[in-house]
Amino acid sequence: MKVLTLNFLTCAVKACKSSSDSFPLHPKDCELVSDELEVNSALLTNVLTRVDWKALTTTAAELGFPTLPATPPTPEELAGDEKMLKELHTLLMETQINEGKLVCGHCGHEYAVKEGIANFLLPNHLV
Amino acid sequence: MDTELSLSRCSLEQRHQFRAASVNLAGGRKFSRFFSLVPKHHLSASERLETMLPTPSTSHVDYERIYEPAEDSFLLLDTISSESEKAFLQERFKLQVSGNVSSSPLVVEVGTGSGVVLSFVHAHAELIFGRSDILTAGVDVNRHACKATAVTVSIAEKEQQEQVKSHGFYIGNILGDLSTPIRPGSVDVLIFNPPYVPTPDLPALPGADDVEQTSYEVDSHLLALSYAGGADGMETTDRLLDELPNILSKDRGCAYILLCAQNKPEEVKDRVMSLDMNFSVETVGTSGKKAGWEKLQIIRIWR
Ligand SMILES: C[S@@+](CC[C@H](N)C(=O)[O-])C[C@H]1O[C@@H](n2cnc3c(N)ncnc32)[C@H](O)[C@@H]1O
Ligand SMILES: [Zn+2]
Repeated sequence: MKVLTLNFLTCAVKACKSSSDSFPLHPKDCELVSDELEVNSALLTNVLTRVDWKALTTTAAELGFPTLPATPPTPEELAGDEKMLKELHTLLMETQINEGKLVCGHCGHEYAVKEGIANFLLPNHLV
Repeated sequence: MDTELSLSRCSLEQRHQFRAASVNLAGGRKFSRFFSLVPKHHLSASERLETMLPTPSTSHVDYERIYEPAEDSFLLLDTISSESEKAFLQERFKLQVSGNVSSSPLVVEVGTGSGVVLSFVHAHAELIFGRSDILTAGVDVNRHACKATAVTVSIAEKEQQEQVKSHGFYIGNILGDLSTPIRPGSVDVLIFNPPYVPTPDLPALPGADDVEQTSYEVDSHLLALSYAGGADGMETTDRLLDELPNILSKDRGCAYILLCAQNKPEEVKDRVMSLDMNFSVETVGTSGKKAGWEKLQIIRIWR
């Protein structure tokens, strides 16, 4: 799964849905892989206008990526900033979480990622 | 023109038989003899009309444990790529909205199975949505289905690339129960071909630690999960419907859900309307001209 996916996932436990601590989930012991992809700046620009920037900043920091600016770049800023474009392209488009865990900040449940697939099925006591 | 018409009729008929065969097969031994009545070449998804958008290849998929594309799958493809639905989606997800570029839509298919539907929408994003900056993701309760979908998507991508055509941006498949892993308000287009066959019982969902086992029993359980819908065939679909107001994006969320005649589609549509004040619902695709239990339809829900 792409790192970008973390921007659209939350803890599957019902009681966690209302807590802001359940988003974003925190990657732990993750093995990352990178797909080499051509930069598609139109796609990147249109994706950036919908990501939760604060959550993405947290994710990037937790995965050891360069610190993102406090506010998302505007389409104009992005077009004029080759380095930023490349960094965001690497983080959002190219990087995949292949193995590891995603941890809920509210209940502490750890979702295992295996072969790029995160397992959000719950153990019986949490359903 | 004449030959084209009869080809089209013939093809619909074939898909019918295909559906009947696969449900009966899944439904138990006593019907399995029907399966052998269906000539093998009728089972091929690649035989859909040339005038339609090509169906993604799923020949790598293991149908002992993953739902095989059937008439329901093809009805979804045909409906989403129909002129009227393309018009609806292109208007809704127009690239330019009063001078601003609208952000990339997120398409989530729940219950991807082989991945035939998601990879179709993914590969033909440009033709369906009028833009290719579409994010696609899948959820399935079956780990094998999640893996198979990723492969199907990448084959479909390669086919598009060979023809110098665009495709969407696939962000991955999640192993999970319906929309429970998805962040509220984030889905722009939700697609669900549910387990809709009425059955006395609903197969239990696998738990977090069950998914590593492999055996004949586990495989049959996974196949049962792909078709068995419990009371009225609606137990799983009902749970998803309840989540729709929450999971669909507030401004442009919409959903395509397949129902069969025993699901009591008119009652389902009434229920949908009561879920959210702003919901509209309409039947946008049907198949199975013969009256009877196998008649299928696609409803579109939007606000
Ligand atoms: C009728 S098959 C459809 C497969 C594929 N989309 C197609 O159209 O050919 C239903 C799919 O839903 C999945 N499924 C069943 N219950 C589910 C649940 N609670 N959460 C997620 N997926 C589920 C099954 O594993 C199966 O892949
Ligand atoms: Zn939690």
